[in-house]
Amino acid sequence: MSERKVPLLQVKDLSVAFTQGGNTSTAVDQISFSIDKGETVALVGESGSGKSVSALSVLKLLPYPAASHPTGEILFEGEDMLTADENAVRKVRGNRISMIFQEPMTSLNPLHTVERQVAEILKIHRGLSDTAARKRVLELLDQVGIPDPETRLQSYPHQLSGGQRQRVMIAMALANEPDLLIADEPTTALDVTVQAQILKLLKELQQRTGMAMLFITHDLGIVRKISDRVCVMTAGKIVEAGDVKQIFEAPQHDYTRHLLAAEPKGEPPKTNDSKPKIIETRDLKVWFPIKRGFLRRTVDHVKAVNGIDVTLREGQTLGIVGESGSGKTTLGLAILRMISSNGEILFKGKDIAQNSWKQMRPLRRDMQIVFQDPFGALSPRMSVADIVGEGLQVHMPTLSDAERDYKVAKALDEVGLDPASRFRYPHEFSGGQRQRISIARAMVLEPKFVMLDEPTSALDMSVQAQVVDLLRDLQKAHDLAYLFISHDLKVVRALANDVIVMKSGQVMEAGSSDQIFDSPQTEYTKALMAAAFRMEAVDSPVLSQ
Amino acid sequence: MDTKLENRLEKQGYEDIAPLAEQTLPPPRKGLSPINKRRLENFKKNKRGYWSFWIFAVLFVLTLFAEFLANDKPILVSYKGELLAPIFVEYPEEKFGGFLAVTDYRDPFIQEEIEANGWMLWPLIRYSYRTVNNDIPVPAPAPPSWMMDKQERCSRYPLGVDDPNCVSGNFNWLGTDDQGRDVVARLIYGFRISVLFGLALTIASSVIGVAAGAVQGYYGGWVDLGFQRFIEIWTAIPTLYLILIVSSVLTPGFWVLFTILLAFSWVALVGVVRAEFLRGRNFEYISAARALGVSNPVIMWRHLLPNAMVATLTFMPFILNGSISTLTALDFLGFGLPPGSASLGEMLAQGKNNLQAPWLGITGFMVLSVMLSLLIFIGEAVRDAFDPRKSYQ
Repeated sequence: MSERKVPLLQVKDLSVAFTQGGNTSTAVDQISFSIDKGETVALVGESGSGKSVSALSVLKLLPYPAASHPTGEILFEGEDMLTADENAVRKVRGNRISMIFQEPMTSLNPLHTVERQVAEILKIHRGLSDTAARKRVLELLDQVGIPDPETRLQSYPHQLSGGQRQRVMIAMALANEPDLLIADEPTTALDVTVQAQILKLLKELQQRTGMAMLFITHDLGIVRKISDRVCVMTAGKIVEAGDVKQIFEAPQHDYTRHLLAAEPKGEPPKTNDSKPKIIETRDLKVWFPIKRGFLRRTVDHVKAVNGIDVTLREGQTLGIVGESGSGKTTLGLAILRMISSNGEILFKGKDIAQNSWKQMRPLRRDMQIVFQDPFGALSPRMSVADIVGEGLQVHMPTLSDAERDYKVAKALDEVGLDPASRFRYPHEFSGGQRQRISIARAMVLEPKFVMLDEPTSALDMSVQAQVVDLLRDLQKAHDLAYLFISHDLKVVRALANDVIVMKSGQVMEAGSSDQIFDSPQTEYTKALMAAAFRMEAVDSPVLSQ
Repeated sequence: MDTKLENRLEKQGYEDIAPLAEQTLPPPRKGLSPINKRRLENFKKNKRGYWSFWIFAVLFVLTLFAEFLANDKPILVSYKGELLAPIFVEYPEEKFGGFLAVTDYRDPFIQEEIEANGWMLWPLIRYSYRTVNNDIPVPAPAPPSWMMDKQERCSRYPLGVDDPNCVSGNFNWLGTDDQGRDVVARLIYGFRISVLFGLALTIASSVIGVAAGAVQGYYGGWVDLGFQRFIEIWTAIPTLYLILIVSSVLTPGFWVLFTILLAFSWVALVGVVRAEFLRGRNFEYISAARALGVSNPVIMWRHLLPNAMVATLTFMPFILNGSISTLTALDFLGFGLPPGSASLGEMLAQGKNNLQAPWLGITGFMVLSVMLSLLIFIGEAVRDAFDPRKSYQ
C-alpha cells in the first residue's frame, strides 16, 4: 500500500493508573491501537470506559504524579511520548498533535478575545509577528466557517454561540496544521443541528489538510458518519476494533452488540382525546425585561416564551423540541409556576397563573419535575432515603417514620433500584441510577403531571434507552401526563404523543407525533430531522450557527 | 410490613400494597461518613497542626480548672474532723477562731490553727490571680524565684528557710508584677479568659454572620443590596473609638466588651457565606426542592447550609485569633476588662512600664505568641483538611 511502514501514532499496551490515598485503580488496561496518516479512528465507549483518559495520555495531559503508566508506550512517528522529556512533549502539543475538548465554554479563556486565543498558539510555536498572526487568524476563522471573521476578532467567548465557540476551538487546533487532531466529544454539548455542521466541517478540513483524527465519542451515529476505523472500549479495555462497516454490520463482541442495540425504541402508549385535560395554557408569555441606563428603565424584552398554547391530557406525553435557547425549559418552568409569566395556565381546569407561592404549595404534590443533570439534581449531603422522602415530609406530614420509609422503599423499587440502597449517598451511584433516584423523588408523591427536562441527555446511550422504558412503564401504571422537553428527537419519538417544535420562544410547528416526524411542514423542522436522524447539515437560513 | 400499617395505608387510598422483597434496615452507623473520615485523616497527616491541637487542648482543659491549679485557698481542708472545700464555699474566719468575714488561708495564724486540728491540701500554686504576695524579699515587681537562692526567697518569713510557708507553691516562679501578684497565676487565669472570650465571640459572631449571609445570598435582590450597603457603612465605623466612648459611660466588663465587639465582628463571615449561598441557590437540587414545595427556611438549613459550613469552619480559627488579639489590645490600652482582672494585655502593658523587670514583658509575649501560633497552626490544618482539591497527594 504505502511505503511508510510506521503509523503516525501507535499506542502499545498502554495502561493508566490513578493513585489516591494509597489505593491504585487502573483506568486503562493495556490498550493498543494505531492511526495512519489521514485516517480517522474513533474510540467509542460509555462514560467511565477510559476513552478520554487514553486520549489525554497521548499528550501527557493527565494529573501526574497521581496518574501513572505502569506499562506501555505511545509512539508518535516512532518517538515514545511517555519517556520524552517535558520540552519535547511541549513541542508536539498544539503543533504536531492538537486537541479539541467537549465543553467549548470552559476551554476558551473568558478574558481573551478570539484573536488573542488563536494567535497565542501561532506565536508560541511559530514565533509569528502580530500582523502575520492576525492574517493567519483571519484565514483560519474563514476556514472554520465563521462569517465576517474581521468583526469577530475582538469578540469574547461569551459573545459567541456554542457552535461558534467550538469553531474557534477548531481554528486553534488547526492553527499549526497538525498531523493529528484529537477530538474529545467535540459535539456532545451542542445542539443536533450544530453538531451536524461541526461534523461536516471536521470532515471537510480533514480532506483538505490530510490530517489524522482520533475521535472520542459515545455516540455511534457519529462514529458511523465520520470514522474509518473504530475501537470499542469498556472498563478500560478495547474489546473490539476494526473497520466501521465490519463493526456495525457484524459485531463480534457482546458489548458492541449491546451498544448497537441500545437506541431508544418503542412507541408511546395509545391514547385518545377523551381523557381529561391536566394542563392547558393559553397565550403563555415569559418576557424578561432588558433594563438600560441609570434609572434602569425597561427598554425592551427578551421574549423567551411568546404566546404559546399547550394542551396536555391525562396519560399523554407532550414533547417539546427545539435548539438550545428556544425557550423549551422556560416554558416548562412557567407551567410549573417556578418563574412568573403572563397568560392563563389551567391545571385540572383551574387557573393557577395568579397563585402565590404559598397557594401553589399544596398543588406541588401533583406537579413534579425531573431535571437534566443527574449529578446536580441530588443534594450530595443527603442520603437517598432523605432525598426521596423530602417531598413526603412536606405534603404528607402526618406519615410516621415507618410509613414514610415504606413509601420511599416502594418508590425506589418501582424505578428499578434496590430499596436497600436508600441509606447510601448519591455519589455512590452511576449517572443512570441517579436519574432513577430523581424520578423516584418525583414519583413518590404520586403526581398527575411531571415535567421532564432533558432527563436523558446527560446519560449514556444504553442507559437512555432504559430510562425511556422506565418512564413509559410509569406512565402506563399511573396514567401520568408528561411534558417532555428534549433536543434529542429519537427519545421524543419514543415517548411523545404530541410534539411542539419551538424556535425563539414561538411555536414553529405543532401536531401529533406521527404527523411531525413523518411529514414535517416547515423548513426548520425538516432541518432538525435531518440533523437528528441522519447527522446531515442542511444549509438553511433558518438554522443558527 | 405489619398488617396495622397496611390497613392505615389502604385507608389513605394507596392500594398497591405488596410486601417488599426483603425487609431492609439501615446499615449500622460506623461513626464518621467517608468524607469526614478523609478530612480527619488529612488533619492528622498535618503533624504540626495535629500536635498543636493536642497541646492547645491540654492547655485549655488545664486552665479551665485554674481554681484548682493556682489559688489562695486550699482545695480541701480537714478541720476538727470536718471536711471543707474552700473553693466552693466561703467560710467565715470565725470557724477557725479569727474575725474576718472571709477566711484568709494564707494567714500564718489560720494555717497553724488548721494544721493543729487537721490538714490542708494546697493547689500547685498558692496564689490566685489577684492575691498580693506581701512576703516578697525585694520591692515589687519581684524577679522569678529561680533567680534567687532559697535563703533570699524566704527572707521575709518569720522562720526564714525553716518556715512552713517556704515551699515551692509559695515561690513566684516567674516573679510578680508591680503590685506583687504572682505572674504564673495571672497567666493561667489570663489564658483562660482570653480563650473563653475568643471562643464565645467567635461562636456568636459566626452564628449571626452565617444567618445574615444566608438570608442575603438566598434571597438576593433588594434584600442583598440593602444589607450589603448597610454592612459597608457599618464596617466604616471605627470600633476602637466607639469602645472608648462606651467605656466612659459604662464600666467595661466581659459582657459589655463582648457585646460591642460582637456588634462589629459578625460581618467577618457574611461575605463568604453570602457567596456560597448565591452560588448554591442555582443548583438543580435547590430547584428540585422548591418544586417539591419545601419551604425557604428548610431549604436554607438542610440544603444550602452544609455547603457554607466548609468555608465557615475554615475561617473560624482565624476569627478566634482575631478576637483574642482584639481583647489583648484593648487590655493593653487600658480599655479592656476592669482593673484587677487577669489579662494578658495588662501584663504586656506592665512589661512596657517596667522595663527593669523583663520577665513581665517576656512572659506575656511568649504566652501570647505561643497561643496564637498554636491556633494558627490548627487553623491551617483544618483548612487543608477541608480543602476539596487536596484529594490526592
